[in-house]
Amino acid sequence: MTEGEHTEPLHLLAPDGSLSEASSALPLPPQLLEPDLLRALFRDMTMARRVDTEATALQRTGELGLWSSCLGQEAAQVGSAHAMDERDFAFPTYRESAAAWVRGVDPVALLGLYRGTTHGGWVPDEHRFALFTIVLGAQVLHAVGYAMGQQRLDSGGAAIAYFGDGATSEGDVHEAMVFATVTNAPVVFFCQNNGWAISEPVHRQTTVPFTQRAAGYGMPTMRIDGNDVLASLAATQWALEHARGGSGPVFIEAVTYRMGAHTTSDDPTRYRPPGELEYWATQDPIDRLRLLMINREVAAEDFFVEVQAQADALGERIRAAVRGAEDPEAGLMFDHVYASDHAQVERDRQRWSAPFAEGGVMA
Amino acid sequence: MSAAPMTMVGGLNAGLRASLDHDPRVLLMGEDIATLGGVFRVTDGLAKDFGDQRVFDTPLAESGILGTAIGLAMAGFRPVVEIQFDGFVFPAFDQIVTQLAKHHYRSAGHTPLPIVVRIPYGGGIGAVEHHSESPEAYFVHTPGLRVWTPSDANQAYLGIQAAIACPDPVIFLEPKRRYWDKAEVALGTLSADDAERMWSSRTLRTGSDITVVAYGPMVRTCTEAANALAELGVKATVIDLRSLSPLDLDPIFASVRQTGRCVVVHEAVETVGLGAEIAARVVEECFYSLEAPVQRIAGPHVPYPPSRFERHYLPSIDRVVAGVVQVMAG
Repeated sequence: MTEGEHTEPLHLLAPDGSLSEASSALPLPPQLLEPDLLRALFRDMTMARRVDTEATALQRTGELGLWSSCLGQEAAQVGSAHAMDERDFAFPTYRESAAAWVRGVDPVALLGLYRGTTHGGWVPDEHRFALFTIVLGAQVLHAVGYAMGQQRLDSGGAAIAYFGDGATSEGDVHEAMVFATVTNAPVVFFCQNNGWAISEPVHRQTTVPFTQRAAGYGMPTMRIDGNDVLASLAATQWALEHARGGSGPVFIEAVTYRMGAHTTSDDPTRYRPPGELEYWATQDPIDRLRLLMINREVAAEDFFVEVQAQADALGERIRAAVRGAEDPEAGLMFDHVYASDHAQVERDRQRWSAPFAEGGVMA
Repeated sequence: MSAAPMTMVGGLNAGLRASLDHDPRVLLMGEDIATLGGVFRVTDGLAKDFGDQRVFDTPLAESGILGTAIGLAMAGFRPVVEIQFDGFVFPAFDQIVTQLAKHHYRSAGHTPLPIVVRIPYGGGIGAVEHHSESPEAYFVHTPGLRVWTPSDANQAYLGIQAAIACPDPVIFLEPKRRYWDKAEVALGTLSADDAERMWSSRTLRTGSDITVVAYGPMVRTCTEAANALAELGVKATVIDLRSLSPLDLDPIFASVRQTGRCVVVHEAVETVGLGAEIAARVVEECFYSLEAPVQRIAGPHVPYPPSRFERHYLPSIDRVVAGVVQVMAG
């Protein structure tokens, strides 16, 4: 394999907390080392992890039907979401709970999807963060269409499409890259390669690096260490600026690892090779940022204690809110099927609300 | 308002032009629709007059067309997409059914997707495989979609404007065998009330013996069958559904309570087709008025056949007449 050789992912922050030499492929803008930004990145990754562990616990106690954990992927998501500005719009899969946190989506609202009280949970326009999309790759086309809209509005905004290594095999992702390149749409394809698509390893999806495929469509690509929040932020900032400036789409592969199961219904012990999890535990995105912050003296122990307390409070708030959530009233099932009245919906709404004896369907 | 004789293609073109004029958010997108004007020339001249940002050719990827249209709608546009032929909508079926139809519901009403999917449908033009399908039941079966089909040039002119003005996604099925039929088109602005009225069925003629329900390409067939039946002394009411979702069935129930007999005619396969739903509803609502079983005149349970068979496959005037005569004898 020569053409298909995987290059080492670009990184800025090593697992031991040291900063790498600045390279021309991925420069480190000095403002990324501002103490306030480092603290915000640390706080967001920690809070996102707390949302994740709380959601897993809530599923285990029967409060959620399912949870798809992003454990281990916090740097890829938090870094990329921090790169967005007020003109940009993100299109997530169902695993972007850390990105959702950065976009200000209340975790309690987000968990409605997994509890079964809603198929959505937030107002996309308020957060510039689309609803979670479960059908693999479908949202990547939405991102490209949104970006084509920004060209027509001359807004200067860009779209960012999140998807995983498995979704790259979907036709929609291929079509999205065709549409994006031929229209020069301002969109960033942000692929989190977390190693697994449920039980299928990456070599079931591709024989060449994902970046090589993307380059074939005619766009710049970058392969980064997805557990390095500074690399994720720097690469996505560069990509969004490239897209917003009219230079077209960019593809980023963030090499990371799904530390948890695919979902709470999955059992990775059936397919994960021994030692893999242990290796990736040494690559933890939060640990390495903590080491950097300690080394650079941008945070002391009291900061980490404070963040942990905030995370614990968040966990308690989520737990109480989810456990106390009432099931929605039956009649709400009929709302919002259409934006305008529809005879079949209204007929069924009436039949479901009437007792059986009066011609309804409910006993 | 001025009236002009036009083909259905001309009526659609004029309706699209009116919508593009009326609302700057309206975009047309699809394969070969810009420079060529569409393989049926429905969008002829519109790219030239409205520019390549509003009327544009897409790559040849139907799921991509629907998926990017959804993104454009999320950005505030009102895309009207053309699927070149009925048989090519299926690569886009996933985006239509799992994304387009559900998004208003999923977003609790915050993000409507006002997208029109224009699809030339039905047979009768001697086409090759995948160019003569009648896929309406799939879409009518899907909550969140509206489905509409014109039967003549004037209906097409008005209907396409109503579909574009609608806040919901609309599957707009164009009966391609009627594309070149001419009718008087009443040109003019469609008011909101006019647009709302397009979502109802319309009674084309009233007769006391039997209620004939049709839509799209079969409306002309049934009107001509009704003329032939009149010569046989059978007086038929003919109702054009127009809107397949929602279904406006009250006028059909009212008519069947008068006539006591009903046939439903469509090209699509009879099994679980629109006729099955309409027959079931007529039996539920009009059981004690019925003089005979509701009859369906529709496609047999075979794939759309090679075109040399289609005169046997498609409901013809003779088949409609024969079916009605049979119901009258029942």
